[in-house]
Amino acid sequence: MPQSPVQIPSFPQALTYPLRFMPLVPLSASLTAYSRKIAKNHPELFRRLGAHDHTRFVLDPTDLPFVLLLDPNGGTPRVTVMRGPGEGAARIAGPLAALLGLVHGAYDGDALFFSRDLVIEGETAATLALRNAVDDAELDLSQEILNLSGPLANPLQRLLAFLERRTGVCLTRPDEVEIW
Amino acid sequence: MVMEIVCPAGTPAALRAAVKAGAHTIYCGFADETNARNFPGLNFDRSEMRDGVAFAHAHGAKVLVAINTFPRAGDEVIWHRAIDDAAASSADAVILADLGLLNYAAQNHPDLRRHLSVQAAAANADVINFYAEAFGVKRVVLPRVLSVPEIAAINAETEVETEVFVFGGLCVMAEGRCSLSSYATGLSPNMNGVCSPASHVEYSEDQGVLDARLGGYTIHRVGKDESAPYPTLCKGCFNAGGKSGHLFEDPVSLNAERLIPQLQKAGVTALKIEGRQRSRSYVAQVVRNFRAAVDALEAGHPLPEGMLARLSEGQAMTTGAYKKTWR
Amino acid sequence: MELTVGPNQFFWSADRWAALYEYLADAPVDRVVLGELVCSKRLPFYQDRIPDAVSTLLDAGKSVALTSLALVTLKRERKLTTELAEMGGEVEINDLTALPHLPQGAKFSVGPLVNVYNEGTLAWLAARGAQRICLPPELPLSSVEVLAAAAADLGVTIEVWGHGRLPLGISGRCNHARLHGRTKDNCQFACEDDADGLEVRTLDDQPFLAMNGVQTLSDSYASAAHHIDALAKAGVSALRLSPQSTGFTALCVLYRGLLDGRCNGDQTVEAIRKINSSARLSNGFLTGDFGADWSGGAAQASGRT
Repeated sequence: MPQSPVQIPSFPQALTYPLRFMPLVPLSASLTAYSRKIAKNHPELFRRLGAHDHTRFVLDPTDLPFVLLLDPNGGTPRVTVMRGPGEGAARIAGPLAALLGLVHGAYDGDALFFSRDLVIEGETAATLALRNAVDDAELDLSQEILNLSGPLANPLQRLLAFLERRTGVCLTRPDEVEIW
Repeated sequence: MVMEIVCPAGTPAALRAAVKAGAHTIYCGFADETNARNFPGLNFDRSEMRDGVAFAHAHGAKVLVAINTFPRAGDEVIWHRAIDDAAASSADAVILADLGLLNYAAQNHPDLRRHLSVQAAAANADVINFYAEAFGVKRVVLPRVLSVPEIAAINAETEVETEVFVFGGLCVMAEGRCSLSSYATGLSPNMNGVCSPASHVEYSEDQGVLDARLGGYTIHRVGKDESAPYPTLCKGCFNAGGKSGHLFEDPVSLNAERLIPQLQKAGVTALKIEGRQRSRSYVAQVVRNFRAAVDALEAGHPLPEGMLARLSEGQAMTTGAYKKTWR
Repeated sequence: MELTVGPNQFFWSADRWAALYEYLADAPVDRVVLGELVCSKRLPFYQDRIPDAVSTLLDAGKSVALTSLALVTLKRERKLTTELAEMGGEVEINDLTALPHLPQGAKFSVGPLVNVYNEGTLAWLAARGAQRICLPPELPLSSVEVLAAAAADLGVTIEVWGHGRLPLGISGRCNHARLHGRTKDNCQFACEDDADGLEVRTLDDQPFLAMNGVQTLSDSYASAAHHIDALAKAGVSALRLSPQSTGFTALCVLYRGLLDGRCNGDQTVEAIRKINSSARLSNGFLTGDFGADWSGGAAQASGRT
């Protein structure tokens, strides 16, 4: 668990090179399938988003050469990966490790924000709703990926394996009892 | 008797994390305007509340339900239903501030324990005893305007248990008596359960300089290496009388960890942690710290060193009004 | 509709304070609430002038009430509150601490700093002896309508904030002293130089708030000038004017004319602007999107840009 001061691992710059040439269309399709799987397993996520369940979010891992556009689309989410800044009503930017650590409950969103490890723009209320919804869902992204099957699972599982091998990023949900 | 750690939970996941981390008591609210942390994506629906109470009880912890906004004229039934449903969930107590609601609860649910919310700003023994006599209030959450000797004096004059904030956000104004937020945004803690609401917050960053606006009013402007405060009105940076700065309060957060022994001597029953809007990770970490502190105190050991700085707002801490010089 | 003058929120010299009530004896107002609302440390400076002011006003046919403090914490303040209740005059409670000190069955009035947001609270206070309630300025017109209807059934008079800087917050800390680098206990009466509070501006130099010791007020002067018909229709029977350092008696005359139908809202606002041309006005709590909002049409520097 991060204590003060926290060092958030940054995605090694050299490793982003292959990602720059990674085809984004299959990755988008995979992530969309993946997010729908999560949506199916965690319907409460969308209830918590409430009025913001059609807000388009730009998730910007600042140490990676692309952004993710997340459209919750009322429970049938779509994810588009693109190069460039991307457009959405709310933008959440930070190192990949911070974004994933947030999802996995390893970091506190407010603390990351106060320390400016996380930058938010646009509709603050929507961002808060997403943060709170995700915090409650106790997601484990790796587990969800491993649960995926079929052709769309492949690019993601490859990416996951790659990330896990090469970085210190928090890719799975730490056990609540042991992270402290 | 070991001091009771009263811990916030904005979500069922946070409730479970807090219970596992050793909280004696959890406080939470329904997902609507009936409580003072009516933030997007937070709080409990009816079935989550029932499950949360059952989970806490199974682990020997208590649940308090905050219904601490002031009901809107014409719509009191929403708040009454919240009290009915808290009782039906087997909650251990409700935390109330409004006179009408206290009366409703006392009349309709006499066996449901009533705590007086900090939103009632009951700051002296006379008014606390009045709430006890009129509505059978068993515990009061003291407003954050009192020093430790004043708290001791209150406890000497009342049978009502006292609960004090020890960690988290800090209101400078007497709570429940403040309409700064609705003046700037139309939404207030008293009526809507939100202060300086996220829906009216706007951040913009230009060349490392971060502006934070609330309802169009610029509340903060920080440089590249400074931490980013949330634009809470009373902690904003303003100009007056030829001076510029945090005229009401610095963007600090309360940490009274070191004062726990003094608070115990002052007769305080329970220590409250602010932050239903914070993540389960935060909640668990803070609870662990405070639980360790009260257990150490009970066993006659020295307090463990604090480790909570980074989790707080703007990463600076204050002991607030507990030390008289704060005023 | 009646006109009530609320307690002076600021720290004035005893002479200035007493002069206000001399003037008010001849002003077209029906009721005056006086005494110290904000800070118990100010009271010794004019306490001995209160009895004269009260009798002057009573002789002039006004109804008079004494206010409690807005936030009672210290021993001295509790004692003051007890004494207030024992004085036998009508008390306006602005902190519930005053309530248990009132003799059982005593009639009292409730000021704008007590949270009366709904019918349940109103009914409870009425059962306890409240005869008159000045509603919190934060309430929207829709709530005022519901409460005034409920109050009519209970025989309680409803009053609404009519004009003046809005009390937005009260603290255990003295912001004025803090600004001058002093503690509250050694404040050296930092607030006495600002007869209407000290203007607080945002980083963009927008006027926003006013500092008044432990109290925080709006920069803008709330005015219900455009809502008189709606308030009357709702059953509101009194309008509260909050004292300011300049042109206050003129203001009383203006609002009297407005209530009596001798001028309309626009004319009243125009005349208010003549009294104090730099003052920003607001009426957003009643019908706007936010408190500082102003529906009056004429462009002004207040509110959001």
